[in-house]
Amino acid sequence: MDIATKFLLMVLILLNFSALASSRMKAVIRLTAIQGAVLGLLLLSVHRHFGITIILMCLLTITIKSIIIPHLLDRAMREVNIRREVEPILGFVPSLALGGASTAFAFYFSQALPLADPHPSSLIPPASISTIFAGFLFLTTRTKAISQVLGYLILENGIFVFGLLLVGKIPFMVEIGVLLDLFVAVFVMGIILNHIQRTFSSIDMDILSELKE
Amino acid sequence: MAGILVFFIPFLAAFLAYSIPSNRYRPYVMPAAAFGHLMAAITLMQSPARLSAEERWLELDPAGQTILISISVLFFCCALYAPAYLYHRLERPNRIFCSCMLLLLSLMSLVPFIQHVGLIWVVMEATTLCSGPLIFFNRTSRSIEAAWKYLMICSVGIALALLGSFFLAYSTFQIENSNQLLFPKLAQSASLLSKPWLRAAFVTLLVGYGTKMGIAPLHVWKPDAYGETSGIVGALLAGGLTSCAFLVLLRIIRIMYAAGEAVWTNHILIVMGLLSMTFAAVFMSRQKDYKRILAYSSVEHMGILLLGVGIGSLGLWGSLFHVWNNALGKAVLFLSSGNIHRAFGSKSTDSVRGALHRIPVSASLFLLGFIAITGSPPFGPFVSEFAILQAAFFAKQYKTGALYLALMLAVFLGMGTTVLSVIFGEASKPVKDNQYKDSTLTVGPIILLLLLMLIAGVCLPSSLGAILTNAVAFMEVAR
Repeated sequence: MDIATKFLLMVLILLNFSALASSRMKAVIRLTAIQGAVLGLLLLSVHRHFGITIILMCLLTITIKSIIIPHLLDRAMREVNIRREVEPILGFVPSLALGGASTAFAFYFSQALPLADPHPSSLIPPASISTIFAGFLFLTTRTKAISQVLGYLILENGIFVFGLLLVGKIPFMVEIGVLLDLFVAVFVMGIILNHIQRTFSSIDMDILSELKE
Repeated sequence: MAGILVFFIPFLAAFLAYSIPSNRYRPYVMPAAAFGHLMAAITLMQSPARLSAEERWLELDPAGQTILISISVLFFCCALYAPAYLYHRLERPNRIFCSCMLLLLSLMSLVPFIQHVGLIWVVMEATTLCSGPLIFFNRTSRSIEAAWKYLMICSVGIALALLGSFFLAYSTFQIENSNQLLFPKLAQSASLLSKPWLRAAFVTLLVGYGTKMGIAPLHVWKPDAYGETSGIVGALLAGGLTSCAFLVLLRIIRIMYAAGEAVWTNHILIVMGLLSMTFAAVFMSRQKDYKRILAYSSVEHMGILLLGVGIGSLGLWGSLFHVWNNALGKAVLFLSSGNIHRAFGSKSTDSVRGALHRIPVSASLFLLGFIAITGSPPFGPFVSEFAILQAAFFAKQYKTGALYLALMLAVFLGMGTTVLSVIFGEASKPVKDNQYKDSTLTVGPIILLLLLMLIAGVCLPSSLGAILTNAVAFMEVAR
């Protein structure tokens, strides 16, 4: 495992923390965009041999994750005119602390799963699991609908990181399918977001509580 | 050939529906496409699927056969109902609705064919995305909220299923030259898979596809989505989409059996099954919304499906047969409750009473649907639910069997209170002034569904029986 991969994975984890600590929507959108670019570079640094499919995958990942989706979200943010996460369910400091704790747990938990020979001491599983936790934390503790989409994106990024271990196992077609689904998901969520804004004139998820037991 | 048709007929019909400008005539694409789909599906049922599939990405296995025919029959009946339903809502554009329905059918019929772990994930996620717009067809604030919850929770759930698929892929690292993540291949070489990763994969996949299936405690989206959407969409989601998620789980369970993890896997399945039934029984009591109660009924039946598989042998047979009964039963309930909803303009038992006087046919069908789905003879669900009970006692799992029986009774009482108060009593005045009446097209498809359930209960057609036996053999061969 070379130094570039380690460095990129560290950047990825640090980005999680800055997302958890940030209240500005725009900043978090930027952060997920940078994460997308990091994922694209990770593909290159993990795979080493630069085949045509790897380069294509890298370009596609960067295009969808760090250009198209942030653009969609930026537009959604402007349309619904929400700039900040004002009242998260959990404060920024506690959620940062929880993020740290879950990262520690991820490192501990990853020891339980034996890695196969090619990557004996990889950072990939802990980085992946801690990013998934961070995404989940973000998703559940923020009240704005856009924040929930952002949390979902971070979670998806974490899963993508785990996919890096499967060099050549996942066919190219499936990888493209996964990216395409993600794009359509964000697109459909954007449409519904717009309807929420029009119907409730707010995208605060607290208002969305008519349906309760 | 027929395999290509079951995908392409609805797929092309979706585009055709999108291109038709008339709101009035567009819905008729659905029954036409559904008829073609049904014919193709029946043709596929004629030849028994092979037990050991070749190394192909697309291959219909016996478990897939049982799911495909139930989806096809379910959609056919829903499609017959659709034009009459949409005729009542001509003020609302139904272009997206019709296209999404047909697209959903094409994706759901693709799932039984897919043998690749990654590709099946892509298609399952796609089904979530095209059912989202269906849920907020009503455009009320409540349906938007329900669609948002559905989309968020199912997307996160299915994202975990992707992680599970990666775990499953990683467990193959010990095997030389196994680049293909095909379900039959994995089952063949299951004993070589890395155990810790395989178990991690199973749990993650169960959570992921379980969210999609709506087993407790991952069912939180279900009451909202099923409660707010129109009856026809509810029928398709509760009877069709959940079966697809169940099919994916069945294939993974088969790998677990082949890997010698049958005891551990079955234990988890039984616990999850009983947990779902318990949640359903608890939330059903004092539930005033008669559409939400159908959602909890769906949670219960997903529990029964897992429980049956967990008990094994006869239980497995019961479970596979129950997929068929659940599809038909849910369609009867959702479609007839849709009629009642339209006649009264409310979903709460506070303002809906005496439906039997207002719309006698739909109300009686709703009552019969309730009687059938809770496992009363002579309908199909009785046979499948009784088979699972029998299997539990044969396997000497007395506690499981007793608990199963007790929960069935609790569900019967809880659901019965709501259903009976909707149907009997003095007719309450409708919330909105409307002249809605039962018509042949709005009750005919429901009667057809009920008849099919009756036939399944009284004398199981030999062709369906053969498919079921084949599917049980397919699942058991792995042990």
